[in-house]
Amino acid sequence: MAIVTTVKKACTVNPLKMSQPIGGALAFMGLRGAMPLLHGSQGCTSFGLVLFVRHFKEAIPLQTTAMSEIATVLGGFENVEQAILNIHKRTKPEIIGICSTGVTEIKGDDVEGYIKLVRQRHPELDHLPILYVSTPDYKDAFQDGWAKAVARMVEVLVETPASDAPCDAKRVNVLPGCHLTPGDLDELRTIFEDFGLVPSFLPDLAGSLDGHIPDEFTPTTIGGIGVDEVATMGNASWTIALGEQMRCAAEAMKAKTGVPYRLFQRLCGLGPNDEFIMFLSEISGRAVPVKYRRQRGQLVDAMMDGHFHIGGRKLVIGAEPDLLFDISSMLHEMGAKVAVAVTTTLSPVLEKVAADEVLIGDLEDLETRAKALGGDLLITHSHGRQAAERLEIPFFRMGLPMFDRLGAGHLVSVGYRGTRDLIFSISNLLMADGEIHHKPTPETWRTTQVDVEAV
Amino acid sequence: MSSLSTTIQNVFNEPGCEKNASKSEAERKKGCTKQLQPGGAAGGCAFDGAKIALQPITDVAHLVHGPIACEGNSWDNRGSASSGSMIWRTSFTTDTNENDIIFGGEKRLYKAIKEIIDKYHPPAVFVYQTCVPAMTGDDINAVCKAAAAKFGTPVIPVNAPGFVGPKTLGNKLAGEALLDYVIGTREPEYTTPYDLNIIGEFNLSGELWQVKPLLDELGIRVFSCISGDGKYNEIAASHRARAAMMVCSRAMINVARKMEERYGIPFFEGSFYGIEDSSDSLREIARLLVERGAPEELIGRTEAVIAREEEKAWAAIAAYKPRFKGKRVLLITGGVKSWSVVAALQEAGLELVGTSVKKSTKEDKEKIKELMGQDAHMIEDMTPREMYKMLKDAQADIMLSGGRSQFIALKAAMPWLDINQERHHAYMGYVGMVALVEQIEKALYNPVWEQVRKPAPWDNPAENWQAIAMAQMEAQAAELAADPVRAEEARRAQQICNCKAVDLGTIEDAIRAHGLTSVEGIKEHTSASGGCGACVERVRDTLDAVPYALAAE
Repeated sequence: MAIVTTVKKACTVNPLKMSQPIGGALAFMGLRGAMPLLHGSQGCTSFGLVLFVRHFKEAIPLQTTAMSEIATVLGGFENVEQAILNIHKRTKPEIIGICSTGVTEIKGDDVEGYIKLVRQRHPELDHLPILYVSTPDYKDAFQDGWAKAVARMVEVLVETPASDAPCDAKRVNVLPGCHLTPGDLDELRTIFEDFGLVPSFLPDLAGSLDGHIPDEFTPTTIGGIGVDEVATMGNASWTIALGEQMRCAAEAMKAKTGVPYRLFQRLCGLGPNDEFIMFLSEISGRAVPVKYRRQRGQLVDAMMDGHFHIGGRKLVIGAEPDLLFDISSMLHEMGAKVAVAVTTTLSPVLEKVAADEVLIGDLEDLETRAKALGGDLLITHSHGRQAAERLEIPFFRMGLPMFDRLGAGHLVSVGYRGTRDLIFSISNLLMADGEIHHKPTPETWRTTQVDVEAV
Repeated sequence: MSSLSTTIQNVFNEPGCEKNASKSEAERKKGCTKQLQPGGAAGGCAFDGAKIALQPITDVAHLVHGPIACEGNSWDNRGSASSGSMIWRTSFTTDTNENDIIFGGEKRLYKAIKEIIDKYHPPAVFVYQTCVPAMTGDDINAVCKAAAAKFGTPVIPVNAPGFVGPKTLGNKLAGEALLDYVIGTREPEYTTPYDLNIIGEFNLSGELWQVKPLLDELGIRVFSCISGDGKYNEIAASHRARAAMMVCSRAMINVARKMEERYGIPFFEGSFYGIEDSSDSLREIARLLVERGAPEELIGRTEAVIAREEEKAWAAIAAYKPRFKGKRVLLITGGVKSWSVVAALQEAGLELVGTSVKKSTKEDKEKIKELMGQDAHMIEDMTPREMYKMLKDAQADIMLSGGRSQFIALKAAMPWLDINQERHHAYMGYVGMVALVEQIEKALYNPVWEQVRKPAPWDNPAENWQAIAMAQMEAQAAELAADPVRAEEARRAQQICNCKAVDLGTIEDAIRAHGLTSVEGIKEHTSASGGCGACVERVRDTLDAVPYALAAE
């Protein structure tokens, strides 16, 4: 049981956190033909755009209502209207997802009202879904923006099935948290399909931001789940939510359609995957395929091989709550001590983290504590690179953004196989570090003056 | 806020800016605060521009006052390099929350400044204003003043909240902050007749260091660089330099011009991209310094260095010329760097097929036309599909552009090279030019292109997306070619003004009907250019074109 502490200081140094509007925007990128739109100044969009481009190394659809100072003061109806019309005309999207920002929230722009008015004035937009999520920058974090956007998609886009409509036993809804990569979603799809299940991922970044070559040049998303498919999610037999952040969306689905849900807080590690696989076996009525029996064996073997390197390590981890909980728990189960855990926002999973304390703070807090406690493995997003250099400890990049290495979208941590490979990657990093920095020398074990004095 | 709007007005009225000078009185009044088009805008905000311009100052703490978005989403993503302090890469933000919005964020800002000074002891703290505290009315000037007095460290307010305008405005507002609070506040330890300021150079990928050794060799001291690898005390004392070179022309023109006005430091606009540009710039530096009292012999020594470096560079490049014979480059770059890069590539024997001039002024375009001859294919707002077609038609063998358009080239399996801010290679001066040519050669002749262009074995080549896209576009073109009426319709349907949805035909008709001769006249009759104003150049071009059309009828 960890105590959750919010760091008290006026100045955030080296932020771990990112803002919730771009978390919301990323969720919209998992819809087919989508154009996410931030209602704010153009910089709000530009920073998010650059961030995602550098992370995914893909073209990113993201637009702005380009609020000027005057428009901000007077209210942004005209900007919202123009933005919707322009996007509709130029990019012919299947859906527009609007997220608010700090500056338009302070003014108190009633975007839902704006959308109603825009619809009245422009019947040509009748068939274009336009979603709005309130995501002020000065509250919450990236993960919260994602969660709110997905909950909103469920509330607005999913249709309530007729009371006598039979549900499709094979169909499952999957609501993945933003800590999962397109690679994770691909892996999960394979697992579902191996049980004969037909998953609908909402949102589906694997279809849109997995780096495939598109069939057509389009300024909107080049894949993802279609609005039509989302509408029919009420026919599924189960909803599977991945990460505590998705509880709201799963509840919304249940309220709207009656589809029951099961939430998996983790999908990295042996225990969580045993539970997950058995659940799939149960709902599909199929025995666990041989493939997964073998993969489980491989994971067990990898855990034994890897524990020599991971066991006893003092882990320093900075990540959003669900990723933090998932990865730190897996490493803890292999003998690592969670020495420092820093996160961005509140979540019920934080107190379950296997650390004495979880800080809601920044990378300065992480670095200071890592130095004091002698951490020797750092896991956080790319912004940890300066801290890693100063701490001189091995650094494994996880989370968003990961802009200084390739393959961010394909780093897999879910499933037996994903866990196995993650253990290998982390162990290899630790081994390489040992070979370079911790080779024994004739002096390594010699008694020094300091030791003598200590006695 | 009133002082900010005065500053903005003042910045707009920049006599040193050619773009401003070429505007009508009414346009000038409107300033460059183009109202951007909602749903169709790209690019950073004023805060972004201010941060880009100042963050390369390496030894100060850059504190962003605002919610997490402004700093948390963007920090440590610039390619500038530092020869010393790394504090510029440490990110500081007040990360304002709901309480700060309700009760005001000034206290938090003040405390944040104190925490930074206590923990990091920088020679100065730069405080950046953002939209949210600007809306709630946090007076950062007052907080900075109080903090500076209390803590005995300069605290510089940079008042450029994102919503006041685009990146370029932010560049200039950053310059104003330096002029108001930094430049001239310290005295240098000593001066020499060889002291040179370099203004508007950000030392991306350390490229300043490709040129600095030559200046060192000549005994020319980079007195201060604003702002690449800059140090606070150097910039504070930069008013004692003898001469200045302005590198990225419009980004900080106000700094160069006002330093000339206030401190009598003459400047010239130059570039170190390309061999000839580098030589011209070195010559100009020597000339200005001699004019300001440096010994005459500097000119001779400079010529000797130029001759030696040119010979070395030409010899290195000559080796590539046969490899580049007949190779065509599509150059897409925003802004004024276009023409210097064009010159550089032509030196290497590459043929240019186009360059984007989105941010360039009419004069820039003329420069490009002059450099590229009559065939210059100007690309205003190419769509991704057109860019692809251009590459695919083998009109271009390689695309050089900024990060954003790279995916078009890469998805089209075409060689591509990054020449904008995020690039990893340094391309300045003589060595930089050779490096650029080397990189182009590497990209062009990499065998990977043949591999990735191979269709999947199960694909019917006639049905792949490339073929379909090309066929669609060709069919469209053929249809138009066969039908002059429709071709004319399509020509006239070209949208000129996006905000007011005015097409070319409407404007041409108005010009004919009313004998219009000015952009103002067109605006009066058609509303074109009455929105954001971004299309003024395109509208002006229609004026140029119509008389010929009339004569032809």
